Amino acid sequence: MTQDHILETRNLTKGFKGFIAVDDVNLNIRRGDIHALIGPNGAGKTTVFNLLTKFLQPTSGQILFNGQDITPLKPAAIANKGIIRSFQISAVFPHLSVLENVRIALQRQEGNSFHFWRSDKVLEHLNDRALELLKSVGLESFAHSVTVDLPYGRKRALEIATTLALEPELMLLDEPTQGMGHEDVGMIAELIKQVSANRTILMVEHNLHVVSKLADQITVLQRGAILTEGDYATVSADPQVREAYMGSEADAVEVAS
Amino acid sequence: MINRKLLIALLAIGLLAPLAVYPVFLAKLLCFALFAAAFNLLLGFVGILSFGHAAFLGTGGYVTGWLMLNSGLTPELAIIAGTLAGALLGAVYGKLAVKREGIYFAMVTLALAQLTFFIYLQAPFTGGEDGMQGIPRRALFGLIDLSNNTVMYYLVLAIFCFGFWLINRTIHSPFGQVLKAIRENEPRAISLGYDVEKYKWLAFVISAALAALAGGTKSLVFELASLTDVHWHMSGEVILMTLVGGVGTLFGPLAGAALVVTMQNYLSGGELGNYLHIIMGAVFVICVLSFRSGIVGQLQKFKRNNF
Repeated sequence: MTQDHILETRNLTKGFKGFIAVDDVNLNIRRGDIHALIGPNGAGKTTVFNLLTKFLQPTSGQILFNGQDITPLKPAAIANKGIIRSFQISAVFPHLSVLENVRIALQRQEGNSFHFWRSDKVLEHLNDRALELLKSVGLESFAHSVTVDLPYGRKRALEIATTLALEPELMLLDEPTQGMGHEDVGMIAELIKQVSANRTILMVEHNLHVVSKLADQITVLQRGAILTEGDYATVSADPQVREAYMGSEADAVEVAS
Repeated sequence: MINRKLLIALLAIGLLAPLAVYPVFLAKLLCFALFAAAFNLLLGFVGILSFGHAAFLGTGGYVTGWLMLNSGLTPELAIIAGTLAGALLGAVYGKLAVKREGIYFAMVTLALAQLTFFIYLQAPFTGGEDGMQGIPRRALFGLIDLSNNTVMYYLVLAIFCFGFWLINRTIHSPFGQVLKAIRENEPRAISLGYDVEKYKWLAFVISAALAALAGGTKSLVFELASLTDVHWHMSGEVILMTLVGGVGTLFGPLAGAALVVTMQNYLSGGELGNYLHIIMGAVFVICVLSFRSGIVGQLQKFKRNNF
């Protein structure tokens, strides 16, 4: 079983001055899955993300990536291993052009990122690949716009293109459809489906409709601990989940399934 | 990017200016412009505020000055040595400071600069309160006598152009691209796999080296290296120059330094001398309240909106 899992956590725990935000969490993410992490506000979903990418230090527990212990690594080193995260608020570089946003990610493998004496023209050969990536998320016509001018949904699409530039083995998406209108949600969901081929995705998502459509596996967190796990049918049928998490939304869940 | 015509025009002004203006004043102006441009590399292009840049300006001045006084080195070697000393100090201070962010970064740099100030105050070789006086200029490469102020000015102009070129190149390099990404969204830059502390550190070292280059050059111009250059006032003044001129613009520090140095020179000699700091404070307040993008930033906006 173990070799099947791209990412595992063992008794992952994070306490903030007496408050346990993440409590003894054992996650097992299967390779190739879209795995959703859901739960009510304050359940610790984003904290788990921050622990997995080492933006926070776990109080105790272990994180294994491809069977290798990555718990002591720094955030940049985690990224270099092939785990790339997104953020709850759109993570773009607002005053760079759309093309430059993607190129920053492509540039990393070039090994010239400390070369302050060379012209940035040496990066121009990356433009074709950057345009290709932009095309895959439908942004090629915006390539030379300043990113800050893009509508919200497009910024999130750009974020995905930037993440894809690094060819991550594991993508962590923190609420990719948060704060979006209907059409944008559909567009992003479609995009996630598209990019999930050949890679694993772990996402925090509030929109249960999106979760029901995309997720192969769901973990429900409540007060920092795992409440239940399984596919959408299993999880949504669990009375504990209905009571603890969905509450009045229970009707909506049935519609979605 | 850089407007070629503007650059040629400025260079022409730089070359012809000694015909109309006292060369030592011009040389002083360019030293401060280089200092401000070095500072702006950090604040404007990495988004980190150093409140201790005087330490590097002063170190450049003292090391260059000491070597001119006590060794047979030619001025260009003494300036290079001063620059390297600044880079080395920057490497150590930068290592400590980049671990912190925002206001804490500023406080760490201020504390380290104060430490430096008191060391220079006590150390016998700096001359303490009297400063290091009578620094000889001698001859560039052992060939070109620098005792003539106009000749000295052209050396300063050449050094300034080199520093300015290096900053421009750094900004428009693969490294500069990463710096801008860090300025724009640091957590995202980390999540893309950039170890941002290393990038900030290198930018800090380049900035410190260029500040020391300005300091070393200045000590030759005035034939003096004094505590004024290491005092925290100086760290504040460079912030003022950069903000008034336009932070994050290439020419802003030049404009800001020109304004501040000119004001200091003309006001301190006249009847308003006693009010100099009040007037500078007022300029700063007006700038921050009404045109936050500074002189050059405001001109760029005007140009974008009207042409």
